[in-house]
Amino acid sequence: MSLEPEYLEYPLRRQGMDHDYYGYASLFDRPPIAWPSGKSVAVAIVVNLEWFPILPADKPFRAPGHMVTPYPDYRHYTSREYGTRVGFYRMLDAFAKSGAKVSVAANSAIGERYPQIIADIVDAGHEIIAHSTDMNGAIATGLAEDEEHALITASLDALETASGARPRGWMSIARSQSFNTARLLAEAGVSYMCDWVNDELPYRFTTAAGDLINIPVNHELSDRQIITVQQNSADSWVQQMQDAHAFLTAEAKIFGGRMLPINVTPYIMGLPYRMGAFERLLGWLAAQPDTAFHTTGEIADALAPA
Amino acid sequence: MREGEKDPSLYDFRPYRGRPKLNWPDGKQVAVWVSPNIEFYELDPPANPHRKSWTKPHPDVVGYSHRDYGNRVGHWRMAEVMTKHGFPGSVSLSVAMCQHLPQIVEDANARGWEFFSHGIYNTRYSYGMDEAQERALIEDSIKTVRDATGQTIKGWLAPALTHTPRTLDLIAEYGLSYTCDLYHDDQPGEVHVKQGRLISMPYSLEVNDHYGFFVYNMSPREYADTLIRQYQRLADEGGTVMCIPLHAYLIGQPHRIGPFEEVLKHIAADGRAWITRSGDIADHYMREVTA
Repeated sequence: MSLEPEYLEYPLRRQGMDHDYYGYASLFDRPPIAWPSGKSVAVAIVVNLEWFPILPADKPFRAPGHMVTPYPDYRHYTSREYGTRVGFYRMLDAFAKSGAKVSVAANSAIGERYPQIIADIVDAGHEIIAHSTDMNGAIATGLAEDEEHALITASLDALETASGARPRGWMSIARSQSFNTARLLAEAGVSYMCDWVNDELPYRFTTAAGDLINIPVNHELSDRQIITVQQNSADSWVQQMQDAHAFLTAEAKIFGGRMLPINVTPYIMGLPYRMGAFERLLGWLAAQPDTAFHTTGEIADALAPA
Repeated sequence: MREGEKDPSLYDFRPYRGRPKLNWPDGKQVAVWVSPNIEFYELDPPANPHRKSWTKPHPDVVGYSHRDYGNRVGHWRMAEVMTKHGFPGSVSLSVAMCQHLPQIVEDANARGWEFFSHGIYNTRYSYGMDEAQERALIEDSIKTVRDATGQTIKGWLAPALTHTPRTLDLIAEYGLSYTCDLYHDDQPGEVHVKQGRLISMPYSLEVNDHYGFFVYNMSPREYADTLIRQYQRLADEGGTVMCIPLHAYLIGQPHRIGPFEEVLKHIAADGRAWITRSGDIADHYMREVTA
């Protein structure tokens, strides 16, 4: 038994990364970044607002949170809808109470199906970023380039129609991309994406169609990861966000602006028994002297031009 | 090992009860070593017929970028708190890091950390290698680390814990003194090899940060409490080894590094720990204990 000789050949074993999307840069070796508020810690809340068709397409994969049982899966279809009808409105009220401006990563199907929600988001001054078409709109290698292009364009067009402004930002379903995604986003005029989780500040990402910015919306801090995957309680999640905030606040005193990304999901965090913990965190963050809520658009703008 | 037999015959059975006392320097009770895994995962590695590298089609954006976070962010945080509390690292190194990100390897070397091999990349597995290929992997590891750091590796943790039946014999033949791939004891012990002398160095899967967070689903504070309990027990028993295996992409996260720092503070203040490196434990053991 032996492996093909190529398995012990390393054509990209060179200084730097094994691709050309971005160069290596330590977080601790960059010019300090300043947020528009002048505060040292930017809390970037990203809410995923999603519509799951009761018929999952599984092309190229089934999104997290999608249908589970044999058809018709009333259980998951309606539980996800609960987040949109009820949980999300609890969140909007909580954001208003704490003065938080947030980014809503919305499936464009939300705009087509429930234009009132988009109007309520816009009226409250939140940002809308494109989160594909619906939860069948997943991207991965295997999706044909023209289909991926059509999906990105359809999402941006529909959200522009619903909200009156073309989204500047993009978040893929499950942060999953093909090798073409960043280039197609740049071609479509998207200025930043939220998929790569390798950093804690915005950085420039290179494609054949020009640069765009990547804002790392850390999946490790999300309600999906900590509450749904790791099965920690909402109170523990709040404690973890507070521990992260304390650490970043101390680090910001030495290295300049820091970002705490908080990615939440209405059908997870918007439940009655969790909502109080989330409100407690928002109130606590609003009271921290070195802290401001910023949208991902504001975060992207804070990165100095190349 | 005895390939193809039910008992691989890796070591002799030696019950924990009744062993001669193992003495650490200065009367310390437990040898504590911290093992950062400094790894490079490839975005688009070739396929190994025995194990997939990424679970998703390439590029696995979250899988890859989560690991890359360790090198851009996590390493520097983790290294700072370790240095602050007097803990050197014993690095399980994807040796291609010496080419890709020499600044991290140089930083670790300057902090007085030891390096042992964890393969070329954590996306290239030993499964299916013939003897010549496995020798090439070991020789590459020895040369790459020596050229980059001046250190001669003494230990081995198989890349992504992938082995062949001949790995242990080969690393002993090349003069390495310890393996971190066997989990049968809280003390070092002899490993059966064809030639040379090889000992097992207690590493740990159970208190590995990866297990803590993604097998046992612990919160950062629960993981810190687990490490303290592990330490207290092993210090009480004495003559033991405690390894804290880490991944900068996990422990360097902002919600985890603070609670972890409390663990280092606790162990440093306790006074019973010989805070050291795996190679120093191996050297001490091989001097004190006859094979």
